[in-house]
Amino acid sequence: MTVGIVGYGAFIPRRRIKLEEIAKVWGADAPAYKRGLQLFEKSVPGADEDTVTMSVEASRNALARSGGVDPALIGALYIGSESHPYAVKPSGTIVAEAIGAVPALHVADLEFACKAGTESLFIAQALVKAGEVEYAIGIGADTSQGAPGDALEYSAAAGAAAFIFGRDPGRLLAEVVDTYSWTTDTPDFWRREYMHYPRHGSRFTGEPAYFRHSMSSARGMMEKAGLEPKDFAHAIFHQPNGKFPKRVGKMLGFTDAQLETGWLSPWLGNTYSGASPVGFTAVLDIASPGDLVLLTSFGSGAGSDSFVFRVTDRINEVRDLAPRTRPQLDENKIYLEYGAYAKLRGKIRMAE
Amino acid sequence: MRDVAVIGVGMTSFGELWRTPLRSLWAEAAIAALGDAGVDRVDLVTIGCMSSGLFTGQEHLASLLADELGMAGVPAARVESACASGGLAVRAGFAEIAAGLAEVVLVTGVEKMTDVDGADATYALGTAADAEWEGFHGVTFPGLYAMLARVHMQRFGTTREQLARVAVKNHANGLLNRHAQYHLKVSVADVLESTLVADPLRLLDCSPVTDGAAALVLTTVERARELAAGKPVVRITGSGLATDTVSLANRGDLAELGAVRLAGERAYAMAGRTPDDIHLAEVHDCFTIAEIMATEALGFFAAGDGGPAVEKGLTDLGGRIPVNTSGGLKSKGHPVGATGVAQVIEIVSQLRGDAGQRQVEGARVGMAQNMGGSGGSSVVHILEVV
Amino acid sequence: MFSPARAWREFPQRYRLEAARCTECGKVLYPPRLICPECGGRDFATEVLPRDGTVVTYTVIRVPPAGFTEQTPLPIALVELVNGVRLMVQIADVADPESLEIGMPVRLEFRRVSWDGEAGVIFYGHKAVRATG
Repeated sequence: MTVGIVGYGAFIPRRRIKLEEIAKVWGADAPAYKRGLQLFEKSVPGADEDTVTMSVEASRNALARSGGVDPALIGALYIGSESHPYAVKPSGTIVAEAIGAVPALHVADLEFACKAGTESLFIAQALVKAGEVEYAIGIGADTSQGAPGDALEYSAAAGAAAFIFGRDPGRLLAEVVDTYSWTTDTPDFWRREYMHYPRHGSRFTGEPAYFRHSMSSARGMMEKAGLEPKDFAHAIFHQPNGKFPKRVGKMLGFTDAQLETGWLSPWLGNTYSGASPVGFTAVLDIASPGDLVLLTSFGSGAGSDSFVFRVTDRINEVRDLAPRTRPQLDENKIYLEYGAYAKLRGKIRMAE
Repeated sequence: MRDVAVIGVGMTSFGELWRTPLRSLWAEAAIAALGDAGVDRVDLVTIGCMSSGLFTGQEHLASLLADELGMAGVPAARVESACASGGLAVRAGFAEIAAGLAEVVLVTGVEKMTDVDGADATYALGTAADAEWEGFHGVTFPGLYAMLARVHMQRFGTTREQLARVAVKNHANGLLNRHAQYHLKVSVADVLESTLVADPLRLLDCSPVTDGAAALVLTTVERARELAAGKPVVRITGSGLATDTVSLANRGDLAELGAVRLAGERAYAMAGRTPDDIHLAEVHDCFTIAEIMATEALGFFAAGDGGPAVEKGLTDLGGRIPVNTSGGLKSKGHPVGATGVAQVIEIVSQLRGDAGQRQVEGARVGMAQNMGGSGGSSVVHILEVV
Repeated sequence: MFSPARAWREFPQRYRLEAARCTECGKVLYPPRLICPECGGRDFATEVLPRDGTVVTYTVIRVPPAGFTEQTPLPIALVELVNGVRLMVQIADVADPESLEIGMPVRLEFRRVSWDGEAGVIFYGHKAVRATG
């Protein structure tokens, strides 16, 4: 039985802050950061935007491209995020209510640092494949925070992507060819209960965490599917900054042309659970029927999910039924100064 | 229906009366009105109050306040129609006497607003909007009137300066009223440079938060003539009450105050009067735009002519139809439940010839127009010397 | 501030923009009512509102009510949707309040409308954003 994506959608907030604007507050060397991290600006959620609101809009965009999937037939909804608005009380129920998928469905909020988004995709497609549900929606969304002045503050951004999985051949816009996951216990980045900002192992987040897991997962995926880098039209990796995804891609043998479309982080920042999923939506926006696409996420802690998708003919009919990702990233931007950014991100202590 | 007259008036000074609790404010006005009327026994007490619960944590006012005058046992009723609660209390008293249910009624209005801070006062006033479908989204009263102003400005070309002229005029009148909250001369420039509250409305376009109470004694015209002792008898010849949608989303025409027009038409019909017969009016200028729109809805000026009229001075003291000689809500202050009663007091004072420096010469027919919310309700009374 | 119960009972309207169409005269009511103000009809069919419309009038609130401080200045508008239904909503993502105008095309997006401090519930609903393209 072929399972695949029947609808996809992204949502990117309109606000941005430039790397220089953050650097000047902390006396950091902006040109060096830009060269080193390949980061120029990042998205910033408004005070009225969070994982739930972005997930609703991304899901509505996915439904718009689904060829009229009845939301009531969505049997499962998963949101992966490390910034669920409530510590206790699910995000998924709000999204399910808003898109009209309630009440006959299974809902769970997932958390696995930056790979919670692909976890939701992984589980959603598996349930459809098992025949448990007609349709399942997997969402990756985050409004992540880096501690003020920390390296993460230059990248932590906001965005969401949603994918509806089904097995109705008439609706598939990309088939799930195969999946693979690679996981170990590697404490490179964490946030304890009740803490506002995460902490990380600095350079330990690189080689033993991001690179080892991403490469092992991508290699395992290709080996399992009997594919090589040259077989893919596009590859998307987790993008904690601009540099890492390009480097890991090159190390695996992918070319710039294969990596370019899904590489959004220099202008979007790291949307954590949304990062590789949003990159994947940008790829679907321009992919051709028959294209093979490799999607490899990474989540600190640590693990990496990989997927191989094959794009179908239907992509040409549906991509313009909802806002494309790249225009959301490139147009109608609102640039913030650090003061307004600090206010919107709750970094200012308000009266009790 | 029996003819109804006002035989006594009394009010507190309006302002931030930190030392005075709600019950004492009310009693001061009531005692003054009863004294002015020369009566010590009434058949009914009506009380207009918008939100003593939210402003002071006290409900059940009718019994509480009747007892405050040592009148426990008397029939008493509180009425509420947001900022038109005072006007509604007048209407309720008027109706009981006209219907023969009472001979003498003490009509009162009161609001004690300064026991809460600004945000809580904004919230309390905001409950007069549609809480579920408009207040939920954060709109405030200045915000709702700002939206009406924007439509009026676009439709008719009403200018920012014309709005400011309302405040300038009413503050000039308030200088002549010892009961007014503000004795403050303001210029057009002062208004235009005051703090933005809700574009295009600024601080000096808005009526203030005020403590105060006002009271009237009503009886039949027949009884009034007996008690007059040479003073002019002031009769309520017209009373009109109307509603409109509370939510602006359901409002038919945002450039018109429909409830004011309907209440005015009903009052004119009862009194057998037309707008041309009115010598002066107190209108509900909770915001400058409200006065302009009210003068149009009451037929003093055609739709869209309210702005130019104030600019030309037609509503000044000494103009074609003086509006808000008391200083209006803008300068006299706006203790919401008391406002509608205080408006009637100003008209009575003018008709009696007691208005001192702000006296409108030859005033024999006056109107008081009170409004709730952003025009969701309105009460209009016409008073005449008989 | 609203209680969770008070917000909850209106989720169909706030989250999904469900309105009621009078089966008698076709008038669309938002929020739904028990009786059609147009024709007195008592029978309604649930209908989801369109999300596109234009600004009928607006203001920018500078002195907010309690609970909206972090969102101030607070642009708020009366929006007429393409089916003629009007509703009061905030305007989100306004870079420059001077750029707002009557007649501006907008689209409704799902947003946090307000929240009960750091520890209380979050009230979700719709806001208008300037429509593009």
